[in-house]
Parts: sequence; structure tokens; C-alpha cells
Amino acid sequence: METVPKPDSNVPPKKDRLQAKKKKPRRYWEQETTGTAAGASPGPPRKRKRNRELRPQKPKKNDTSGKFRISKKPRELKSPGPQRSLSGAQDPFAGPAPVSVEVVQKYCRIDKSKELPHPRTKTRSRLVAAEAQEEETSVRAARSELLLAEEPGFLEGEDGEDTAKIRQADIVEAVDIASAAKHFDLNLRQFGPYRLNYSRTGRHLTFGGRRGHVAALDWVTKKLMCEINVMEAVRDVRFLHSEALLAVAQNRWLHIYDNQGIELHCVRRCDRVTRLEFLPFHFLLATASETGFLTYLDVSVGKIVAALNARAGRLSVMTQNPYNAVIHLGHSNGTVSLWSPAMKEPLAKILCHRGGVRAVAIDATGTHMATSGLDHQLKLFDMRGMFQPLSTRTLPQGAGHLAFSQRGLLAAGMGDVVNIWAGQGKASPPSLEQPYLTHRLSGHVHGLQFCPYEDVLGVGHSGGITSMLVPGAAEPNFDGLESNPYRSRKQRQEWEVKALLEKVPAELICLDPRALAEVDVISLEQAKKERAERLGYDPDARAPFQPKPKQKGRGSTASLVKRKRKVMDQEHRDKVRQSLEQQPQKQEKAKPTGARPSALDRFMR
Amino acid sequence: MSANQAAESLLASNQQKKLENLPKDYPLSTSEDEGDNDGERKHQKLLESVSSLNGKDRQKLAERSEASLKVSEFSVSSEGSGEKLVLSDLLEPVKTSSSLAAVKKQLNRVKSKKTVELPLHREEIERAGTPLEHEIFNLLHKNKQPVTDPLLTPVEKASLKAMSLEEVKMRRAELQRARALQSYYEARARREKRIKSKKYHRILKKGKAKQALKDFEKLQKVNPAAALEELEKLDKARMMERMSLKHQNSGKWAKSKAIMAKYDLEARQAMQEQLARNKELTQKVQAASESEEEEEGQEEEEELLVPDMVNGVQINGLNPWMFRNHFIDAKEAEVQKDLKDPTEPEAQEPSESEEERAGEEETLLKEFEERRSLRQKSELNHMAEPVHRPVTKDPSSQEVLSELRALSQKLIAENHQSGKQELSSARTAQREEPAREEEEPMLLQRPERARTLDELEELGREGCVENKELPRTAVEGLQLEKNLSNHIGAPKEKKRKEQMIDLQNLLTTKSPSVKSLAVPTTVQELEDEGERDQRQMIKEAFAGDDVIRDFLKEKREAVEASKPKDLDLTLPGWGEWGGMGLKPSAKKRCRFLIKAPEGPPRKDKNLPNMIINEKRNIHVAAHQVQVLPHPFTHHQQFERTIQTPIGSTWNTQRAFQKLTMPKVVTKPGHIIKPIKAEDVGYRSSSRSDLSVIQRNPKRLSIRHKKHLENNCVD
Repeated sequence: METVPKPDSNVPPKKDRLQAKKKKPRRYWEQETTGTAAGASPGPPRKRKRNRELRPQKPKKNDTSGKFRISKKPRELKSPGPQRSLSGAQDPFAGPAPVSVEVVQKYCRIDKSKELPHPRTKTRSRLVAAEAQEEETSVRAARSELLLAEEPGFLEGEDGEDTAKIRQADIVEAVDIASAAKHFDLNLRQFGPYRLNYSRTGRHLTFGGRRGHVAALDWVTKKLMCEINVMEAVRDVRFLHSEALLAVAQNRWLHIYDNQGIELHCVRRCDRVTRLEFLPFHFLLATASETGFLTYLDVSVGKIVAALNARAGRLSVMTQNPYNAVIHLGHSNGTVSLWSPAMKEPLAKILCHRGGVRAVAIDATGTHMATSGLDHQLKLFDMRGMFQPLSTRTLPQGAGHLAFSQRGLLAAGMGDVVNIWAGQGKASPPSLEQPYLTHRLSGHVHGLQFCPYEDVLGVGHSGGITSMLVPGAAEPNFDGLESNPYRSRKQRQEWEVKALLEKVPAELICLDPRALAEVDVISLEQAKKERAERLGYDPDARAPFQPKPKQKGRGSTASLVKRKRKVMDQEHRDKVRQSLEQQPQKQEKAKPTGARPSALDRFMR
Repeated sequence: MSANQAAESLLASNQQKKLENLPKDYPLSTSEDEGDNDGERKHQKLLESVSSLNGKDRQKLAERSEASLKVSEFSVSSEGSGEKLVLSDLLEPVKTSSSLAAVKKQLNRVKSKKTVELPLHREEIERAGTPLEHEIFNLLHKNKQPVTDPLLTPVEKASLKAMSLEEVKMRRAELQRARALQSYYEARARREKRIKSKKYHRILKKGKAKQALKDFEKLQKVNPAAALEELEKLDKARMMERMSLKHQNSGKWAKSKAIMAKYDLEARQAMQEQLARNKELTQKVQAASESEEEEEGQEEEEELLVPDMVNGVQINGLNPWMFRNHFIDAKEAEVQKDLKDPTEPEAQEPSESEEERAGEEETLLKEFEERRSLRQKSELNHMAEPVHRPVTKDPSSQEVLSELRALSQKLIAENHQSGKQELSSARTAQREEPAREEEEPMLLQRPERARTLDELEELGREGCVENKELPRTAVEGLQLEKNLSNHIGAPKEKKRKEQMIDLQNLLTTKSPSVKSLAVPTTVQELEDEGERDQRQMIKEAFAGDDVIRDFLKEKREAVEASKPKDLDLTLPGWGEWGGMGLKPSAKKRCRFLIKAPEGPPRKDKNLPNMIINEKRNIHVAAHQVQVLPHPFTHHQQFERTIQTPIGSTWNTQRAFQKLTMPKVVTKPGHIIKPIKAEDVGYRSSSRSDLSVIQRNPKRLSIRHKKHLENNCVD
């Protein structure tokens, strides 16, 4: 779902003049306010101001006439025509600023292409109102895009130059100091290949080495928050909703640490976890285990919501779809299964590869899924409708790790090389023709993630951690209310409370996140049926046609019957026409399936 | 496949045609010469029995492979035992050699010694005289055919002995079943033969014509040379037709129709039809009109065809008595298919004469025999050698095979027509062509191989056998074969195949490999990495069809599971006998089965690589709206009004405030007075008119205004 980009909270949203001023109804308190002193009224400032304006005009204690004028005066002010300022100069850009239709369209959610059954007048007025409301809100949202001031970075080769040949050193040389400082290498050869994770704001980084080394740091300022060795194999690390909590999948159980490195919990019901995934809006920590279980842990209440058996052996490939919070698991039989805690079985299964699936990644809008398999292929699937691969490439060694950036760049770790592909625009899938960037690391890739809101790709490998600069990877404008990289402790706490209040129930996760905007048709029908049964008749059924009695000798029984028959025939014809329309479809369906009919079939009994 | 080979195959099929006629014709040829009295009588008997093979009273004859109308557990038929054709009879010297004198002398010498008892003893038979006898005896001996006792060959005997009790039971059950089927067939065939409906026969004819046309087209594509031959034949038929002046409105029927034509529209139409046909026939032939001609000029064509067929008769090293059966084996596969669905085959080939049926029956029995012998291969391997050959997988021959089958089908249809013809042409029977030995093995191998391939495919369908080693061409041949035979299950199978292919395409399309600047170095991998690589290699080696097949299987299961179940209300024992092992009849079950309505189409119907769970998510449903609010009559209308989100996450601050503004706003610290009549517009007292004015100022009358002014003054 498109969310409206939010600037920093101190930037006031642009005032809109779309609201039409209505006649103000009389309020129950206004009798008193006019009667008492002006300062005592606790109304909103705008109204107070108006009252104050009125005061000199209305010294009399007559409310009714005063009311009359109140209602009248704004109407005069809002009279149409060019507004003149005090100086008499005319506004050259009169009226509201124009908004491009495409941008407005982006925020529209009502599918007008669907035809509705003919509504009654009352219903129609409601529908019209809903559409007007939607248009208004989407226009507002489109207008607020003006506040997205930042532009994404980019990398362009001089004519004919391949961008993939540009090395990190070149980029670092070209960019400013602050950005150059974002490229760094951590040489940690001692504790094995590293997995890493950025916090949702993109400010903090945590990583865990195979041999037990776990650390969290503010990677921009390089300030270390904690560093411990858990003395156990670490399979995966992940920040929970904020950077203050940290989940570590250790050899045996799942542990949760705070940003001081203090162990808060040991979740023994999640054992032998191989991959972790956090669903931020549901406060769910999804764990995939060696034993083949997918477990959802609600971190806000510390309860296990669901433990699902995938029945596909060891689970070592997991990712989440940010669009609908569905978990995607990759299996050794080449399928990717989609899971929600509400269902015991997978929501869907997609056969992607002939060999096992090695990595899965889904882009931020949930439209594209990239998979790589043991057959050395990298495939890009369209997740809307057809679920067909958009493009396929064979890689020399196959990709072991995949990651999508916020703006749709795809990174693939193959051995000790990282390739990054970019698409044409924001919504377009990455074209796998030519890599956008290539980088060789000092060890084999073990973890990949793009940093949110920074043009940085973090790579965990057997030689430590590398932070690569990838221009144009991240969303340049962050939502200050949602995930503010510069937030203070107080702000974070406030956000935490808000986020907890807005927590989405776990059972609402399903393939279509807009399912809530739909009516439960099955129970509706059931209720209707039951009601009809209870009453003995269907109250919603249309009354049979009853011709009106006519005057002037035309109201004979015969003509009455005739008119009735006419209507009946018309209805019958409609029905037949409808069924005829459906029939060819059926025949088309039937033809290819059945055997070629023999001429003798008509004698068969 | 070379054209040469194809031609050969065609020839082979021609020979089959000839071979079928052999059993009738061969004994005839012997009848020409006169023998002694005894021989004559025997010969007469033989002739009778042979001719009875053809006619209606065939079922009188008891043969060890025959099943009578009555379904009996044991294949002993009391009826025909008297006039049984015994093989040992045939061994006797029927034809005396031209040098009669010497033989007479010999005979006399023998007679003088002692009286000869008939039939001769085994040794004496073995000592029998003429070279032909010797030859026949040799043949029989070689093939382990029964010489004296015609009922069982040594192989069969041995196998019978070797059978365990269960096997015997199984075999008996098989035979029972076969016999039952046969009798059904026969009954059905008889019934159908009696159908008088002209329309039915017309339609039958048309269907056949179409089939023949199609076959010809196929033949044209596959083997132009054979098609050309076929065309020549047609041309000849056409010429004959022109000579015979048939279809010229000169026959009896035509004349009567001509009289009727004045009054009867149908008769007129029939006449016109005939004329049109005549025109068609006498025109210079086109390839397309071939089939009709075949139907029309039956007799002529038969006359034309028969010699060719008979020409094919040949005697080679193998047992000539077995020829017929061998030929029949060619149809084995079809028979097998028929067996699978006993209700259906008649619809496909309803007009087969009883003779044809008998052939099928024999085939059937033979097949069972073969199966049995296969079971006991271990002991009798060398004996059974000629019966079943190792399966050869020569791709080119497979293709030939499939074509052959199509052709043979056609020929069968033709033969059926020619079968009515009486066994007349003795002169043709005598003609013998030089044998073509190289054709023979092919001919004999055919049925066996085809059957095995069929089975292979069957197995492959069930996923038991990896038919990877089967060459691609062979598979294609099979596909072709399947297309030719209108097997009921074929379309479904084909569809599935298509889907499979689709998936295959999806997964195995050659994708361009990425040219990476930095090729990953594969030196010094970690242990687990190495381990994984090894696993990977294994996976890659085994990756392929099994993944797809598994997925398809899973999908099929999911589809089955999601289908609404039928409701069966059958009460066993209600209205009929009940008890252990008794099942309610099919009719009853059919009557009390409530079919579930077909649900909406699955979402993944057109997505070969997807399985979408169709189960209802009750947890989400609990959060959904379940009652339509008042003014809405349809849920879609209501859905449209709730589609725009109103939360601050999706809206600007202002929009959010506006969307969530309550309809009624109250202020803290203020008294809300109860509503008064004047608030709603009623004027009960003089005080209330102000409110009325305020509500609709337009309606201010002069009287009101005056009143208002008065008030203001106060």
C-alpha cells in the first residue's frame, strides 16, 4: 500500500483550499459564549478569532441576528473571483496549485473499472461521496509529494563506459567525505563468516559470526553498542522492532539480548533456528528451524503465535514479503512456499527451480521475487497474478544470497563476488542483462542486506563485514514519524508506544492485505439464507410485477394479463440471453478436454 | 526412418492381410487332388469344419481357445466335440504323390504284413511318407506343437505342471474373465448386426469413410510411396466402376426409386445422391474421394484386393499353422485397450463381424498364455524363445510400428468387408509368391514389442519407471501411436502432458548466462561450503523431471482435495439382497448419489507452477464485515465505500483529521439542553419563530419581518 510520505513533523502540511465552507450550524455552547466574556470560551483559536471579530459588530445581546450575520459574512468573503490583496496586486497563480494526474492516480485505491450492480439513489449518493472523498485525499497526498525534497543518487558511466567496471575506490574518491566514510571494511577473520542486519531506521548494524561473535553498533558514527561472544555457533542475528533489542539464533536456542549485550530471554521453544525474520507491524519474530518448523513469536507479549510444520525438511531459506508480511520459505525440491500464521498449510507454493532453492528475496513493494537455485539460475518472478518468471539468467556459480534494496536494486552474492543489478525506474524490475556494480570481497559471502535510507550495501563474509557504496539503492526521503534515523531516545520511546498501539493482529496476515476492505460474502449469504428460512420468505426478493389498473375502459382483465405476460416474457428473454452468453464459454471449455466425438456417439446409451 | 523401411513395413502389413486368409485357403488347395475313399471322407469333414469356422454356426465348434456363448468355468464344450478339427488328421497323407504306383506297392506291402490302425502310432507317424508330411512334422516338432494330442503343447503342459495353486487359480480367473468378455462381445456383436436402422448404418459408413480418409492422409504424409500404391488401387476401382456401370440409375433399386421419385421427396433425394456418387466415382480420381469409393465399390474393390492378399501367402521355416494367430497378435494392443473398458469399444468399431471377434478372442487367449509363460520363463526360457523376444528399442522401427498400427487398423476394416466373400477363388489360392524371409521377423516381433512399450508407458505414467533411457524418438513414436488410436484416456493424458511440457519449458528454458566481470574464485572453500557443493553436485545430477513430477502430483492431490465431495445416500441391502461381500448395484448407487455442485474455478487453474490454497481463512473472516449496512443492496457497493483507508499512515495529516472527524462534536463544560420542538422546525409559541426564520430565511414573510423588527426594538 502506498503510504503518504511524511516529512519531519515540524514541517506543516500545506494548507488546502479544497474544503468548501458550509453554513455553520448553531452550536449549543454559542449561546453562552456570546453571553459571557470572550476570553472565557475554550473553543479552538480559529473560532475564537472569529468571535472576536464579531464582537464589535454585535454589541447587542441578540443572538439570532448575530448568528445570521456570522453565517453570512464568510460567504461574502469566499465569493468567487480573483482575490485582491491589500496592495491591489493580483495573484498571478490564482487557485490551488495544479497536481499531475499520474501522481494522484498512485494514491487512488478504488478500482473504478469494476462495474457495480445498479445502485439505488440513496446508495448512489453514498458511493459518490466515497469517491469524492477518495479523490480529495489522494489529491492531498499527491500535493504533499512536494515535500519529498531529496533525490536518489545515481551512477552513470561516461559514454559507453560500463558502470560495473567502476570500483569502490573510485566511488569513494568521487563522493563527499561523509559518504566516503560509509564505505568501510571490518576485518574479522577470527570468528568465521558473518550474518548481519540493519535496524529499520538504518542507523544501527548488528552482526554475528559463526563462531559466536555478536556485536551491535551505530555504524554511521562507528560507536560500538555492545560486543559479546556467546560461546556457541551463531546462525543468524536480527534486530527486533527497535535497535534496543536483538535476537540471536544460536546453535541450540533462540536468545534475545539488549543493546548492552545483556541476555534478556532464552526462547527454548524455538530450537535449532537457522533463519530469523522480523515482521515490524505485527511484532512477530518468525524463525525457521532445522527441524522444519516455522515458528511465529509475538515479541510484544512473548507468546508463540503459531508453530507450523513445513513438511519439507530443514529450512534454511527464508524471507518476508514487506507488502503483506507473508513469509516465503525456499525448499530443496525447488519450490517456494508462502506462509501465514493463520493457516496450517502454505498459502501458496511456487515451483521455481529444478534443483533446490538457495536464496529468495522480495522487493519493498512486494511485486517482484528473486530466487536462485541449485541449477545456477537466477529468476525474477512477478508476484501479481501470473507468478511467471519475468527474466532468467544462468550465473556461473549460482547466487547463494540475494537482497533487494528499497528502490528495487538486486544484489546477489556468488562465492566471493557481489553483483548488483538495477532497473530503469523505481517500479521496474532490475534488468539482469548487465550488472550495475560488481565487487570482489576478501571472503565468501554469507549475508547481504541493503541499509535502509542509505546508499549502502552491507555484506557479511568469511573475512568480516564490508559496507559497500551503491548509489541510488535507498529511498532518499525518510518518514520522520515512522522510522527516523536521527530520533532521540525519547522519540524512540514514543514511537514504540504508538507502534504497539497500532500493532496488527497476527491472524490478519494473508496474501491480499486488503482483504479487510472486503465483505465476508460467505457468512453474508449464509445469514441471508438463514433469515429467509426463519421468516419463511425472502424479504429482499423483488416483488412480482403487478400491472397498474388503467382507466377509460382499458383496465380489462385481458389487457392486464397481456401486460403481465409482456413483462414476464421480457424477463425470460433476458434470462435466455444471459445463459446464451455463458454457453459459448462453456463449450470452449468443454471442447479441448473431451475426446473427439464419434459419429456413433448418439447411439450410445 | 528411411522410405525403404517404410515400404517394407507396408508390405509386411499386406502380408498380414494375406495371412489371415490362409487357414481357409490352405486346406482348399489340397482338396483339388482326389485321394482314396477314406481320405475323401476325412477331407470332407475337414472342409466342413473349416467352413464352419467362417459362418454363423461357428460357436458350435469347440476349440481350445474358443469360448462359447455360455459362460462356463471350464472350457469344455460338449457341443462340438464330435466334429472337431484334429491336427493329427491333417498329418495324414491326404495328397497322394503323382507316382502312385510306388506308393500303392508300398501300401500293399504294408497291408499284407498287418492291418494298419488309424490313427497311426506316434512312431509310425514319424515315419510317415511324403516330403510335405515330413516338412509339416518337422515344423510341428520344432515348435513343440502337439502332434497327436492337440489340446496342449508340451510347453503348456509343462507350464501347467509348474503352476502353483495360486497361479492356477489366477489363471483360471483370467480365463474366466476372458471368456465372459468374449461372450459379451459376441452377444453385443450379434445384437448390433441385427440393427435394422438405415440411419445407423449410414452413419457407420460415414464414420468409416472419414476414418479411412484420415488414415490415407496420414499415410500420405508418412509414406508417400504406399499412398501412391493405394491411389493406384483406387484408380483401378474407379475404372472397374466405370466399366460396371453401377450407380447409373440402371439397377433395380434405382428404377424403383425413379418411379417413386415423383411423389416421394426422400426417394428423389436418394436418387440424386446416387447420381452424385456416380459422378464422383467416374471422375478422374482425387486423393480425397478415396474413402467413399472404398465404401461404394465394395465388391469391385474386393475382387481387386483379394488376389493381392492371397499372393502374400508364403511358407517359411516357422509353423505355418500359427500364422493366423501371429497376425492377429498385431491387434493385440487394441484388444488390450478394449479390454480395459468393456463398455466402450463397440462404439468405436461396432461393425466387426464375428469372424473378427473370434480373431480377437484368440488374441486375448494367446495373450494370457503369453503372460503365463512369461511368469515361468525361468524354466522354459529356451522353449518360449520364439514366443517372446527381448524388447528392442530401435527408435526408427518404433516409428514404423506406429504407422503400421494405423495401417493395420484400416486393413482390418477392409478385411471385414472382404470377409463376407465366400471362399471361392481357388485359383488365386494356389498362387504363391516367393517368400520374403526378411519381412517375417519384423512381422512377428511387432505385437510383442508394441505391447511391451505400451506397458512401459503405462508404468511411466504411474511414475514407477524412469523412462529416461527410452530414446526420444521412441517416445515420439508412442505419442503418435496414441494420437492414432482413439483411446478414451488420451485427451486427458495429453492435456497433462502439455502442462508438464509447459512446466518443463518454464524451468528449463536456456537462459543466457551472465557475463560477470569478476568471476568468483573457488579456491579454498570452507568445509561446509565444500560439503554443500558436493550435495549440490548430487542434486544437480538428479535434478530434473522428478521435481516437476512431484509438484504435479502434489497439485493434482490438492485439486482433488479441494473438490466438493459427492454425497452417497445408498443404503446397502435396501430393495435387494444384502450381506457380506455384496455391493449395491451401480444403478442404485447412481440413483442415490447426490453430486456436489461444481465449485468456482481454482485460482491456479492456468498457473502450471503454482498451487494456491483455496481454504477459507477463518481468522481473517472474523475481522471482516459480515452484515451489509442499510442503504446498500450489494456487497460490492459497500466495499467501494470502505476501500480508502482513513488511518494517518496512509493520509496526510489534514486528510486524516477530516476523514476521522466525528459527526457530532461536543465541548467539555457545556450543558447540552434537551431538544425542543422549535429546534426541529415546529412553531409552538411566539418565541419559536426566530428559529424557524433562521432555518429557512428565504421563506421570511413580511409578517415575520415585522415581527422580527418588533422584537429587535424590544
